[in-house]
Amino acid sequence: MHEETVYDALTNAHGEAGHWAFGTGFDDPLAGVDTTVPDGIDPADLGAYCLMLGDDALVLAQRLTQWITRAPELEEEVAIGNIALDLLGQARLLLARAGSVGVLGRSREQATATIPDEDALAYFRDVDEFRSTALVAAPDADFAQAVVRLVAASTVRLAVFTRLRSSRDPVLAAIAAKGVHELAYHRDHAARWVLRLGDGTEESHRRARSAVEAVWPLLADLFTATDVEERLAAAGVAVDPAAVRDEVRDVLTQVLERATLPVPAWPAGAPPRGRLGEHGPELAELLGILQGLARQHPAATW
Amino acid sequence: MSAPTLDRSATGSPDEATLQEQFDATIAADRRIEPRDWMPEGYRKTLVRQVAQHAHSEIIGMQPEGDWLLAAPSLRRKAVLLAKVQDEAGHGLYLYSAAETLGADRADLTDKLIEGRQKYSSIFNYPTPAYADVGVIGWLVDGAAICNQVPLCRSSYGPYARAMIRVCKEESFHQRQGYELLMTMMRGTDEQRAMVQDAVDRWWWPSLMMFGPPDDESPNTAQSMAWGIKRHTNDELRQRFVDMTVPQAQALGVTLPDPDLAWDADSGHWRFGAIDWEEFRRVLAGDGPKNAERIARRRAARDDNAWVVEAATAYARKHERGAA
Repeated sequence: MHEETVYDALTNAHGEAGHWAFGTGFDDPLAGVDTTVPDGIDPADLGAYCLMLGDDALVLAQRLTQWITRAPELEEEVAIGNIALDLLGQARLLLARAGSVGVLGRSREQATATIPDEDALAYFRDVDEFRSTALVAAPDADFAQAVVRLVAASTVRLAVFTRLRSSRDPVLAAIAAKGVHELAYHRDHAARWVLRLGDGTEESHRRARSAVEAVWPLLADLFTATDVEERLAAAGVAVDPAAVRDEVRDVLTQVLERATLPVPAWPAGAPPRGRLGEHGPELAELLGILQGLARQHPAATW
Repeated sequence: MSAPTLDRSATGSPDEATLQEQFDATIAADRRIEPRDWMPEGYRKTLVRQVAQHAHSEIIGMQPEGDWLLAAPSLRRKAVLLAKVQDEAGHGLYLYSAAETLGADRADLTDKLIEGRQKYSSIFNYPTPAYADVGVIGWLVDGAAICNQVPLCRSSYGPYARAMIRVCKEESFHQRQGYELLMTMMRGTDEQRAMVQDAVDRWWWPSLMMFGPPDDESPNTAQSMAWGIKRHTNDELRQRFVDMTVPQAQALGVTLPDPDLAWDADSGHWRFGAIDWEEFRRVLAGDGPKNAERIARRRAARDDNAWVVEAATAYARKHERGAA
């Protein structure tokens, strides 16, 4: 770029022709998309399901973002940033979809009208209205836990999104079709790290092993369907999480074996507490930070 | 840290005079010096210092704004900020790579940063107590960085010049995003407008200091300009920044905290008041509000994760051998 051109761009930086980073524009993420709910689908169920998938993405993006400026290498800062941005993008679409079918919980009691649905849902719902699982909410004590959790979460999510591409809700199907490419990369990136750590040094092996021991119990509730998921799966809209369990177990077992890590017993199924709004203190703490500023200035526009 | 293609033992070499002549001719013709070309030791050392300092500034510069990543007040702002902080990591990466073409080593440069043997831009030692700081950093700090860096797209050292082209494009993008955030906040509540003005009050003078000491106290400028690794003096760039920024402040509706700021019709420049160079020297010497914290976090990222880097190295070695 020629020097004068850059100065020109700088001084004319505020005209109409401004360029924006992908996914950071002003538009409602669903602008231009037909958000009509197909016949025979309960909008309340559809919205609740979008919150489950959207909250998982939002909470995991927040956990990954905690690594920024603290990652082992600069390349990893970039990679983690990418993955968090992808998940944030998925969260925005899914929360906007929930809003578009009128599922806003109690958020509108606090959020002013100028706040878009995605932000009303992200910033003005209380913790008991969140539908994320314990897997994404758990803090990561070290980089091993971060990548072991990421490989588990992205394996589950990829299996679900792959099937969701044929959802009867065209919006969900489109979000899934875009998401599978992102999630395949997330899973691959995390799996490569699990191999390096598992089969690296004695210390990294020990840490990876502890990470697996910490993360595996969090898989217990992931494959138990809620009533909402059962109804929507029967209607061809959602994926019954039980249907992806074997595939997830196979993939994760293969990763751990290749990483020379012992494969723990698969945890017994547990009730889907997170999906029903029952969470531990770590999610409340995470949301306190995420929501603090927005709630301090409910009348503000950002 | 070896760079076999660089002739660094040229003392007494019969060819040195010829090599120096060729180097001088390249500089005089405003062509680029490339990594395999012979270069005087002083040129190489000065460039390593300049490029490393720039790389360090990108990486330390992730922290002040990065502190708002978790609390950004909308999902869109969070995405914008995350993309920006990620860009800074990318800038750091290609600047360290440019330094490596001069025979430096990234890990070694990082150690020097952490041990205080190399500097980074002192602007990043100021705190970011409000979200408006994110906007003001984009507008003023990235704006000043662009003024400093655009001329470096014509640096005589090829890899640095090429890296700067990409860096400048992205910086100008960040500057717009910062300004746009401030515009939005100025259209918001009274409280938000007050936050913006307060942030401008805190960042204006440190931004002017980003151009470095005044020309009569900048002893290396002449040599760096002769080598084509600096294209304008500190004071020229500072003036250019002020001239560009004042109308932007007016459009935004904020007051720049300088009672002496006045339009000088004769010269066609905005005249500004005296800069507190004592503060500049103090912060540069390590006594700024956040110096210790910035370095401590960088050190922690290196030390707490050393086991990860060791594991990756061990894994690569094992599997390289396995494949052979």
